[in-house]
Amino acid sequence: MRTFLLRRLLQSVPLLLGISALTFLLLQLAPGDFLSTMADNPQVSAESLEAMRRRFGLDQPWWVQYLVYLKNVFLHLDFGESFSRHQPVFQVLRGGLANTLLLAVAAAAVTWCLAIPLGVIAAVRQHGWPDRALSFLAFLWLSVPEVLSGLLLLWFAAATGWFPIGGMRDLDHELFGPLGRAADLLRHLALPALVVGLIPLASRMRQMRANLLDQLRLDYVTTARAKGLPEHRVLVRHALRNALNPLITLFGFTLGSLVSGSFVAETIFAWPGLGTLTLDAVRAQDQYLVMGSVLLASVVLIAGNLVADLMLAASDPRIRHE
Amino acid sequence: MSEAAAPAGVSPGRLVWRQLRRSPLAVAGGVLLLLLYAAAALAPFLAPYAENDIDRDRFFHPPTPIRVRDEGRWRAPFVYATQRGPGQSHVTDRTRALPLRWFVRGAPYRLLGVLPADRHLFGVDAPGRVFLIGADELGRDVWSRLLYGAQVSLTVGLVGIAISFSLGLLLGGVSGYFGGWVDALIMRGTELLLSIPGLYLLVALRGVFPLDLPSQQTYLAIVAILALLGWAGLARIIRGMVLSLREAEYVIAARALGASSLRIIARHILPNTLSFTIVAASVAIPGYILGEVFLSFLGVGVQPPAASWGNMLIAARSQRVLTSFPWMLVGPGVAIFVTVMAFNFFGDGLRDALDPRRRPEGRA
Repeated sequence: MRTFLLRRLLQSVPLLLGISALTFLLLQLAPGDFLSTMADNPQVSAESLEAMRRRFGLDQPWWVQYLVYLKNVFLHLDFGESFSRHQPVFQVLRGGLANTLLLAVAAAAVTWCLAIPLGVIAAVRQHGWPDRALSFLAFLWLSVPEVLSGLLLLWFAAATGWFPIGGMRDLDHELFGPLGRAADLLRHLALPALVVGLIPLASRMRQMRANLLDQLRLDYVTTARAKGLPEHRVLVRHALRNALNPLITLFGFTLGSLVSGSFVAETIFAWPGLGTLTLDAVRAQDQYLVMGSVLLASVVLIAGNLVADLMLAASDPRIRHE
Repeated sequence: MSEAAAPAGVSPGRLVWRQLRRSPLAVAGGVLLLLLYAAAALAPFLAPYAENDIDRDRFFHPPTPIRVRDEGRWRAPFVYATQRGPGQSHVTDRTRALPLRWFVRGAPYRLLGVLPADRHLFGVDAPGRVFLIGADELGRDVWSRLLYGAQVSLTVGLVGIAISFSLGLLLGGVSGYFGGWVDALIMRGTELLLSIPGLYLLVALRGVFPLDLPSQQTYLAIVAILALLGWAGLARIIRGMVLSLREAEYVIAARALGASSLRIIARHILPNTLSFTIVAASVAIPGYILGEVFLSFLGVGVQPPAASWGNMLIAARSQRVLTSFPWMLVGPGVAIFVTVMAFNFFGDGLRDALDPRRRPEGRA
């Protein structure tokens, strides 16, 4: 297990190097740079422009810039400076990543808290009306992209006034007590988490239903019923436990994809996460910030896949990673 | 899908068609898609107004109901004239009924890009206006813009898929057929692309092109970006299929007859992955359409005044527009939903029809 972990970690190093080189190259292909928008500003003198160009190394050929960038990352964990925010990239991204992960965890909670009960209901009442209604809704939901579900919930928030229509904190956030702050955060978190969490809901629900149906056909369930156990006990203590097992591994994969999945919701609800940051950075041609956020998002994706593999191994004794 | 598998006298194509016809959802999806693409092609004719026909007196004009009863009497379809009211309201003037006219003269256009014409399917006499879905913030007809936007949003998927699947088929085929360092190189490339979360790469790639390109070049840039992102997944699956196909006897025979590698890949191996590729493409197209919608919605895609379903949604981000003028969301939203659903229905049906294992025995 340890060698497997070590090997996977080592494998991700060239991958991340490749990703950084690719992103860097792409950013170089872009016409103009951050300073070209500044050059149009009459208040910025030619000297200070030149000084900035030298300070950010923008006068060097791209491969020199890239090597300097790599050196700084490896030796000092310095991901460069954000041109537009005048802050180290690392500092800017840390806040964004924390917000995105918070959203991702909340979204995962939404998905699983809905998928498991709904899947169980559909399986227990197989071919009954709840089952039919749920599978029909799930089928329709597959065709609703996040842009639309996000805007629909935004509409809901605007029409009812029950939820804030964007951002992460109220203007008066600092004035609230600790409980009030948590409640404020939850209120802002609810709708974006719902948008992100509802995307994989349909497929998770169907998996849960199929798993439970498979278990209910097995002999041990018949035995439990024959012993005279009440049906809810058969369901919860016996079948459900076994049906949940395969879903645990899916959880890891979801973690990785949630980072990408939250991009749309972040931009619609102005959630200050990694996605919003990346979009702003691309608009401002803030080279190192784009680099940093793409790298960071990739790290989360790769780590999510690794966690998924480890969970798979932990839950299924037939899989042994050497 | 080899010829030998089909019963005598029935081509594989016919077999699939028969199967597809049996699924009502697939037929419904297919018909919807035909209608949608036909509407996009005939957009200037079906739209009563030009793409960028601004009417500053009628911004956020609500949808005009088409009526057939006037003061208790039946009559041909007509609409009531409207006037600017106080604030942003529009007041219906029930004394002036404007008949809905068919094949009216209007803004000149070129049908299908060539035929000069100025007839529109329907319209009302100026200065009255008919807004089927409503008007946007500049008083432009949302229905007309939806039709023009369809030309962008619906074709992005087809063009993008054509490029990325050619790339994916070629690179996957070469990778699986030759193996060795070629395979290793291409596969590392796909791993690289697949390890970057899609939307991040999409937005970062958009940064490569200037943000203020003219709309036609933006369109090309978006297609190029989507195609560049899409080939990796397909290439990996095709490679796997080619790995097993290259050991098939007919490939060995072709090689023995002296056929070139590229010919074997293109003529003998890739056609055998065709049914998979067709299904994968029909499932993947909505993703491309949504990619354009997403970029334009974020303001880095197709730029106004050109219409696209994505940039028509930009206005719907404001709280005031959502609550007071909901057609700004409903119009493009329904269009996107119906399109994605049609592709899903059709793709599902196609997958069942192309998979011999799902075909009931003896009924083919």
